[in-house]
This record gives sequence, structure tokens and C-alpha cells, in this order.
Amino acid sequence: MPSKYDLKINGQTFSVDVQPDASLLSVLREQLDLTGTKYGCGEGQCGACTVLIDGRAQRSCLTPVSTLAGKSVVTIEGLAKADHLHPVQQAFLDEGAMQCAYCTSGMIMSAVSLLNNRENPSDADILQFMQGNICRCGSYPRIVAAIRKASSAGKELVR
Amino acid sequence: MTRRSEFAEGLEPERYELHSPVSVIFESGRRDFFKFLGAGVFIACAATKTAAFQESGKNHRGSEDDLPREIDAWLHIGGNGEITVFTGKVEVGQNIRTSLSQAVAEELCVPIARVHLVMGDTQLVPFDMGTFGSRTTPVMNLQLRRVSAAARDVLLSLAAKQWNTDAAQLTAADGKILDPKSNRSATYAELVQGQRLTQLLPPEDPLIPAAQWKVAGQPVPKVDGRDFVTGKHRYPSDFKLPRMLYGKVVRPPSFGATLVSFDAQTAQQIPGVMVVRDGDFLAVAAPSTALAVKAAAAIQAEWKSVPQPSSKELFGYLKKNQIASEREPAYETGNVDKIFASSDRRLSGSFDIAYIAHAPLEPRAALAQWNGDQLTVWTGTQRPFGVRSELVTAFHLPEEKVRVLMPDMGSGYGGKHTGDAALEAARLARAANHPVKVVWTREEEFTWAYFRPAGVIEVSSALGADGKLTAWEFHNYNSGGAGIRTYYDVPNQRIQFHPVNSPLRQGSYRALAATANHFAREVHMDEVAASIKMDPLQFRLKNLKEERLRAVFEQGARQFGWDKPRQANHGFGMGGGYEKLGYIATFADVSLNPTTKTLKVERVLTAFDCGALVNPDGVRNQLIGANVMGIGGAIFEAIEFENGRILNNRFSKYRVPRFRDVPVMDALLIDRKDRPSVGAGEAPILGIAPAIANAIYALTGIPAHSLPMAPALSARGYQLS
Repeated sequence: MPSKYDLKINGQTFSVDVQPDASLLSVLREQLDLTGTKYGCGEGQCGACTVLIDGRAQRSCLTPVSTLAGKSVVTIEGLAKADHLHPVQQAFLDEGAMQCAYCTSGMIMSAVSLLNNRENPSDADILQFMQGNICRCGSYPRIVAAIRKASSAGKELVR
Repeated sequence: MTRRSEFAEGLEPERYELHSPVSVIFESGRRDFFKFLGAGVFIACAATKTAAFQESGKNHRGSEDDLPREIDAWLHIGGNGEITVFTGKVEVGQNIRTSLSQAVAEELCVPIARVHLVMGDTQLVPFDMGTFGSRTTPVMNLQLRRVSAAARDVLLSLAAKQWNTDAAQLTAADGKILDPKSNRSATYAELVQGQRLTQLLPPEDPLIPAAQWKVAGQPVPKVDGRDFVTGKHRYPSDFKLPRMLYGKVVRPPSFGATLVSFDAQTAQQIPGVMVVRDGDFLAVAAPSTALAVKAAAAIQAEWKSVPQPSSKELFGYLKKNQIASEREPAYETGNVDKIFASSDRRLSGSFDIAYIAHAPLEPRAALAQWNGDQLTVWTGTQRPFGVRSELVTAFHLPEEKVRVLMPDMGSGYGGKHTGDAALEAARLARAANHPVKVVWTREEEFTWAYFRPAGVIEVSSALGADGKLTAWEFHNYNSGGAGIRTYYDVPNQRIQFHPVNSPLRQGSYRALAATANHFAREVHMDEVAASIKMDPLQFRLKNLKEERLRAVFEQGARQFGWDKPRQANHGFGMGGGYEKLGYIATFADVSLNPTTKTLKVERVLTAFDCGALVNPDGVRNQLIGANVMGIGGAIFEAIEFENGRILNNRFSKYRVPRFRDVPVMDALLIDRKDRPSVGAGEAPILGIAPAIANAIYALTGIPAHSLPMAPALSARGYQLS
């Protein structure tokens, strides 16, 4: 049976009435019209659906809404503050680190999580952390460059 | 060899998806046929299929040689000075929204921020066959330059008339016409006053030469990049309408299976769920994806399967299942048989090419809405007009009743030429009397889309005492004819493509069969060079006259350090060629860990000449991306199938290149400002597989004759990562 869940997303609280096993991805996209978070595989293999949950990257396609009580979710739409892009967003733009850009939301959210939790990651750290995100267009070298750049641009924690 | 575009000779044979009938012809063409039964609606139709061939793809209406000549078909200057440009080309990640905007900004002398492209909306843009074959830059970029230059001349004339002066005295800059003598100026908006520019393009094209470009030729950033890093951009799968339902197709358990019977009682009891059956098409629509999935799973369907071959027997199957009646005569020159009979320096090789999947990160998606008998579909496709034709055929509609819109989508790589999701969404929407969105799952994308054709390639050559090739025979079974002709100078040649009854649905893939044909040719070249202990670069240059191809090999080799001493346990390889009007040579450095017998691609460099660079940053992005994608097909990607099912239909089972698979990559762009600009999305993928294979051969002596290479190497005790 559907139940009511209060979800804290991008600093706002949303009340949704869904099945307990409904994925956060489906709620974001179908109920809240937050379509910046993408479907790519439904099995946590591609990273297109990555969001931050309490500051850490999680695959929203595998996250049931019933597990989110008291937690804070940030999606790609919640990253910029008014006109001010998060340093990772800015670095992706500066490096042209995208082609079709369908993976970009997930890439950015994963990168923000990495930088949230680690000072000045090495290239090996970046590769290891980002290994779960697929860019089918093959912009990987530029994405690594963008993360390096954002890392040196100074910390801007997102929780 | 001739340098004529393949388009002049028709479409390549391996664009199978364009030569095939539309995937489903619906029986029910009329609204009054439907019965609405409250919450659960059930529609039954006769289960017969008519065969009709789609004319799209072969539609010569508005061919590249016959584009509209009216300026206003392509460009409009708004009352606010904003420039709206209309093109049937679509943005799929290749960054043409930016490069085409640059062309307009350059010739029209306006800031690029004022240029807005309407792309792929069949109601608003001139007919376009589709965004494939690397035709955007050589054709559309040039066309929009001509249009913009013509518009600029119209503006100059308007100002000259207004000021009663000679247009030759005036200049255009920054969206204004200026008269340097009198210091008068007028904005484009003031001159045009919202009127359409109905003038025709002049036969002569006074275009700005590439050497004088200020906006074109520059590494302009993606024009709407901010919308992509903020999640604001709406991809086809993101579109939503009021009252919209979510569709889900009940798929057969195997290819070729037909629907015998089904029971949808349980599914129809779910509130808001509607079930549609039309021939072998069985699907549901529901208020959410979750409910649609639940309803589809609740349908008990009985399917009749037919026997299917498996990937284990693939290559033998391809040789055994040729379609002799569709085989065209071989390309022949000289007398191959005579040379082979008399030569004692002969070498032969056979190559296997697996099926691979495009796996675009955004699966096929479509949102369909009916307004009376007017159908509007937003969908991810490289061929909006082709999809419109499919809808016209499938629903028995006049063309003017169908509008297809293509929002910038999550990539295609040649995989989104058909309208499968559009047909499904439209069929459901018609039955439901609601807008319906269909987004394929990853498993559907891996199963029901079409694949890059598998193939077998056989090469034989003969060599003279002077190290020059004397005879060349090349046969390609099934994979395709693109890039099949050799660019090396061989006096005696026989080259032939052999069509085959493919066990899987197959079609276009980035660079088509040029990847497979270059792989076989370039790997064979190294083996011949090795047989006479000649350096692979020297051997190529000895057999190659084409100046631009020599240039990419020679300049690339220099930058790569081909002649520099190699580290112990490192091998170098190269592969290159000519395709889609671009010249490319790729060099790879592969290392071997002798203890673990692990091979690793360490470094790759690609030299590329695509004429005058319109956007060097965009070309570099395409080039690196093509090499990354090419690594997948070269090393590990292969579709496995059995009994009409895809065995590896998920990313957890089908490996695609990831961050750690990427070697150090470099690009050498040769900016030929004296040559026309051509496409960069396809040719750069050609060199990586042979370059890696040749490096492995140099390092281990093992010939790598399969795409992908890793399985055969693994069988010989080597791991290739």
C-alpha cells in the first residue's frame, strides 16, 4: 500500500504518497519533476542517477524512499546557489567536460561527493571513485581534469 | 581511389535499419475502433502484419544537392535582434549546436549569444535525411554559412537603400550595419523590422575564407553548457505533459517470437491501467512507471518461439548464410588471380568482428500526444523526418498530420535512426486518449535496438621484391562496405562485400564498417611489413601516394615519437586511413608485464585532418571520445546471444569503457584552412583498434585478428586491459 513520506530535497521538504519500495529516482523524476537526475541502467552500474544523501554519492535508482527518513538529499538542481555555480559545475563548464552531457549530472554529483570527503584527491583517487560512472561519449580525461581543477579551486561542502 | 562521397552512390549497405521495413504496422488506424472500458481499457485487433517499406532514409526530397534556396527557410532576424536558425540536423553530443552557431555568427557578423538554433522539429525546419554520415559539417555548416552571408548582403542592401549610398561602402559588425563615412549605424532588427527574408541565395557564395575567421575556427565553449551542468536541460526522456501516462511494452521472450494468446485480467484490475494489443504488439499504459511495470508483469502471455542461432557459432554461420542474390559485383582492377598465381610473397589473414551495442546512456524515449488526428511526438532520434515517415506509415496518416520534435538527446552513435519508441508511445497514446511516454529500460536498449553488424573479413596480398604491394584481395562478410576500398596503391585488386542473413537486428554504428575494414587492412599491412622486416611506417609510406594521408601518418609518428627508442616491454603500433572525408592516423604504446602476462594500453595519439577546423575544442573532444569508445569495441565489447536472447543485456554484464580503461591520450589536429571543413565524429574511431593490435603484435608476435581482442588473447594466456 502507498504510504506518506516526507523527503528533504535541496533544502525543501516534500510530502509524497508512494509505495515504500519506490525508488528515489522515480519520485524525483515522476513526482517532483526534478529531471536533472537521470535513468541509465536501474542497477547502480552507470551512475547517471547519482545524488547526494547526507553529503555522500548514492545511486537514487537503488534507494527506496522508505530509507530516507531524517536524511538530506541534494540533486543537481540544488547545487548552484542562485547564479553561483558550485566549483565542480564551473570546472565541468571550463574544461568542456561533456559531449551529450546525459551523464553530467551524475558525474558532477559523484565528484562533489569525492571532494566533500577528501582533500586534494590524487588522480588515482579520482579514477577509483569515479569508476562507477559511465560516460559513453568518452569524455573521461576532461572529467578528470575538471575534478582536479575543482579540487584546487577550494572546498565548497554540500550536505 | 575516387574521393566521391558515398552519398553520391547511395547509402552504405550496412545501414540495414534504413533499408528495413518499419518495425510495426498497426492494424487500427481509426479512432472509432477503440472501446474505452473505464479504468481498464482493452483493445483487441486482428493479429496480422502487413509489410510496407518505409521510404524514409531513401527519401530524396530535399536531398543535399537540392536544399531550399530561400533565406527565410533557414534564418529569421527577430524584432529584438535575435537570430533564429532552422536546421534538420540534431544535437546528440557532437556539439553541432555550437559549431553551426559559430558558422552563422561568423558570416552574419553577430555575437554568437544572439544565435539560436531550432533543430530537428519537422514542422519548422527544412527536410533533412538525418544526422549521420558526418554530413553536418561539410553540408549544413556550409549551407548555413551561405545563408548567413546572403542575409548579411541583404542587410547591407537595405541600409544602402535607406541611406541612399553604395552597399560596398558599408560594413557589418556586431549585429549592425555601419557607414564609416557618415558614422551612421542601424541594427539588423531596425533594418529588417520583423520581415521575413524571402530573397534567394545567390549562386555565387561570397564566404569569409577560413584564414580570416574570427568566431568560426575558435574553441568556442558549448553554447548552452550551463543548462547541462545545472540539470535544467530537458532530454527527450525528461519531457512531461498534463494527463500523461507511462507506457511499457510486453516484450517477447526471444527474437522472432509471435504472440499466441494472453490474459490481461489481473493487469486491467489495477486502477488507471490500460492494455493494448495490436498484432504482436502488447503493451500497457499507467499513471506511473512502477504501475506500468507491475501491470506488464501481471500479463500472462504465450509466445511461439522459433529456433535461433547463438553467438558461439556466429562466424561459421555468417559464412554459411550469405545472400548471393543481393551481392553486388566485386570492385576489380588489374588481374589479381594472375599475380597471386605467380607471386611467392603472399600473405593471407582472416578476421572476426563481433556484434556490439551502441548503449547510448539515454535509452530510446518518446512522448506522444494526439490532438484529434494530429500526432505530435517528442523523441530521441538522429532522423526526425525518418521517424515522421515511420509514424505516417504505421498509422496510415497524411504527412502533415505528424510532427516530430527532437530535443537535444543523450547520444546515439548511429543507434537511434529508427522510431521504435515513438511508434510504441503513439500507439499507446492513441488508445489511451492521453499523452503517453515510453522510455526503454537498459535491458530493452541492449535487446530490442539494433547492433553494429558482426562480420568475417578475409584479406590476401602479394608483394613485389621492392616492398610494393602487387595484389590485394579483400572480402567482407556481413559487416559492411564502408571503408572497404584500400587507399594504398595496389595495381591489382579485388574487393567485395558479401551480404548475409544476420541472426540479429543490425544497422548503422559510428563509422559503420569502416572500423572493421580498417582493422583488417591495417593489421594485415603490419604483418606484411613484418614478413620483410620493414618498419610499418616506411612500408605504408612506400605504398601510399595520397598526400593528406601521408601527412597524418608522418606528422603523427613524429609527435608520438615513433622513431625514439622504446622502453623494454613496450610495443608501438599504428593504424590509419580515410573515411567520411577525414584523414586519420592513430598510434598506440602497449606495455607487457612479463610476469603476469598483462598487456596495457599506455598511451595513444591520433593525428587528424578534417579540413579547416570549425571548433578545435569540439574536434578534440570528438577525437578523444571516439578513441575511448573505440577501445571498447577493440578490446572487450561483444554481444552474446543464445536461443534468440541477449545474454549480456545490462551494464553489469556488458563492459563499456570506464575511467580506468583510458590511456594517456593526445590529439594532433592538422588545421587545413585551405580545405573544406568536414566531420569529426566518425573517422577518428578507425585507428585505435589496429594501432593496439599492431602494438601487441610487435610486442608478443601474436596476431590479434578479432574484435574484440581480449578473449582470443586470454586463450593464449595474455590479459589485455
